[in-house]
Amino acid sequence: MIPLSYYIGLSAILFTIGVVGVLTLRNAIVIFMSVELMLNSVNLSLIAFSAYSGDPAGQILVFFVIAVAAAESAVGLAIIIALFRNKLTVNIDEVNVLKW
Amino acid sequence: MQSLIVCVVAFPIIGVLINGLLGSLIQKKLGERVVGIIGSAAIGFSFVCAILIFANMLGQPADQRKQAYDIYNWISTGSLSVGVSYLIDQLSIVMLLIVTGVSFFIHVYSIGYMHGDRGVFRFFTYMNLFVFAMLNLILADNYLLMFLGWEGVGLCSYLLIGFWYDRKFEGVGITWTGDAGMKAFIVNRIGDFAFLIGMFIVFMNFGSFNFDTVLGGASSRFASGDSTVTWIAILFFIGATGKSAQIPLYIWLPDAMAGPTPVSALIHAATMVTAGVYMIARSAVLYALAPTAMLIVAIIGAVTAIYAATMGLVQNDIKKVLAYSTISQLGYMFLAMGVGAFGAGVFHLMTHAFFKALLFLGAGAIMHALHNEQDLRNMGGLKTLMPGTYKTFLLASLAIAGIPPLAGFFSKDEILSYSFASSPILWSIGAITAFLTAFYIFRLFIMAFEGKPRFDIHHLHVHDAPATMLIPLWVLGILSVVGGWIGIPSILGGGENFDKFLAPVFEHAQAKMPTVYFTEASTDYILMIVSVALCVAGIYLAYVAYRKRPELSARLRRGAGDLYEILLNKYYIDEIYRTIVVQPLVYVSDRYLSRGLDEIIIDGTVNGTAKIVRFFGRILRRIQTGLVQNYALSFVIGIIIIVGFLIYAR
Repeated sequence: MIPLSYYIGLSAILFTIGVVGVLTLRNAIVIFMSVELMLNSVNLSLIAFSAYSGDPAGQILVFFVIAVAAAESAVGLAIIIALFRNKLTVNIDEVNVLKW
Repeated sequence: MQSLIVCVVAFPIIGVLINGLLGSLIQKKLGERVVGIIGSAAIGFSFVCAILIFANMLGQPADQRKQAYDIYNWISTGSLSVGVSYLIDQLSIVMLLIVTGVSFFIHVYSIGYMHGDRGVFRFFTYMNLFVFAMLNLILADNYLLMFLGWEGVGLCSYLLIGFWYDRKFEGVGITWTGDAGMKAFIVNRIGDFAFLIGMFIVFMNFGSFNFDTVLGGASSRFASGDSTVTWIAILFFIGATGKSAQIPLYIWLPDAMAGPTPVSALIHAATMVTAGVYMIARSAVLYALAPTAMLIVAIIGAVTAIYAATMGLVQNDIKKVLAYSTISQLGYMFLAMGVGAFGAGVFHLMTHAFFKALLFLGAGAIMHALHNEQDLRNMGGLKTLMPGTYKTFLLASLAIAGIPPLAGFFSKDEILSYSFASSPILWSIGAITAFLTAFYIFRLFIMAFEGKPRFDIHHLHVHDAPATMLIPLWVLGILSVVGGWIGIPSILGGGENFDKFLAPVFEHAQAKMPTVYFTEASTDYILMIVSVALCVAGIYLAYVAYRKRPELSARLRRGAGDLYEILLNKYYIDEIYRTIVVQPLVYVSDRYLSRGLDEIIIDGTVNGTAKIVRFFGRILRRIQTGLVQNYALSFVIGIIIIVGFLIYAR
């Protein structure tokens, strides 16, 4: 068997890449892609634990996470489209209306 | 009996409510007469109740005439328990009869005097409120309720002095009549401060304000000459100097003449100013235990009497002469209190109420007829034009001058007799004052009524006062004549009924008097003859100077020159007070309290707090960049810190 720690390590690396992507990148759509990456890394982690402990609860939770991720993407992209219609840009550096 | 007493106090307050709340309406719809009738009737009913209470009291034996009635439990907390309780004894019934009786006639007089004024309902409301407060003062059976009445009459004095609030009035530092009212109230307040401190000391020592507790227990608690009781007595007396216009707090009374004349008659002659005398009479035991305080009272009383009389000699405003006369006569009452003649002081209070009220009302009638002329130099010749006023005013003048058998003679003479027994110096001050009194009152009388009219009789149609004003004048006139007959001393064949009636009230005090004052009958006769002689001399001198050879008075005035100016300007006392007391106080108040404490410190602190908040806010708000990624960064940092704690800080 592949050791559990490989899966967890991969999951952590993917999560970190996702976080850095959220914090650094300018394009709103790319930020959403990073959020998806974070969610999928967590899915990976859940499945790994589920397989190694024999408890199916982890895999069932993954179903929930996938569904929620999909819904969230749909709503998020709708917001970006509305934003684009107003500001004609998806560069979030230019969306700072709630500044002090 | 209890309901009678409640009625006495309730009727005036009902008058206040009716005239106060509905008065404006009543005056418009039913006329000012109705307003006046409501106001007078309220006092009239009180007077009737007072007479009934008095009749009831006369039916009791002398040692059972004192009775306290608890009406309402006012304060009862912890160690302080004070009730609205009224004490009916000989002293309070005398005061009650004087206050309700004289008030009633002055109210009736006011119906005529205030005719045509647009605020008649306000006038009667304030007058009834005044009587209510005064009744509480004299009927109270504890110091706190008395103080309530004390402050209440001060308030009404302020309201009534400034009644014509849009009228100007000449005075040192005074422009409007309201300023004169403020002066009265503020100067009174200074005295009240001392009174309050005295009350606090009383409470500290007795745990109660009740007269029975305090005055009954004073003899056993304090030795004669004890410093505590001396302080209480002195502080109370300072309060009395404020309310009863003695040195040094008398300055408000001449300026109080800014108010309508019935106000001057009622408040500043017959009732309110006597509150101080009453208070000392009530607290007689405390004074008897403090000979030093009594000496102070006597000296200040005597000095005030002569000091005010000198100023009354030269004033040209008729009301000012009477104001100084009031101060002077109050000095007599305090002199009486100071030498232990408590009954005589109250006797003079009563006779003075009669003739001084009459003098003021008469002056009001003159002013009414001459269209508010107050300057004596513009009067004259009213003897034939206003016969009723002339006759009653003459009776009052003879009474105050002390001519027997009118009222003033008996009361003043009793005081002088006791003063002589105590100290011939005090007596001589009193005797000289009597001479001056006779002189200034007849100067006023002659200048107003005798001689040729010094005003334009063709343009000013002068007629005597209407019935509503004349009847009270006559009633008071008769009282000025016969009022003294209840106190005729035994050496003249009388029964001294007044003193005997009041004796049980002053029993405790008399027991503690340091020496027994006793004058031989022959000395008394001589004193009497001397005082009558002085009075007749005063009257004659006034007659000569103002009627027979008026050029004499003009020469005297020119000769006296500077002295005349000093007297006319009231020894410049208002100016002196202004420089020494008022201006420094105003300066300190303005610079240090208003600007320094209020603006700089308090406002500064409050505004400063706001400034600090704004300063930090300006720095901290920069966190709001509006960039979502910055917020997300703070999430991540937070998570890292928390996870770090969870893993490593276990």
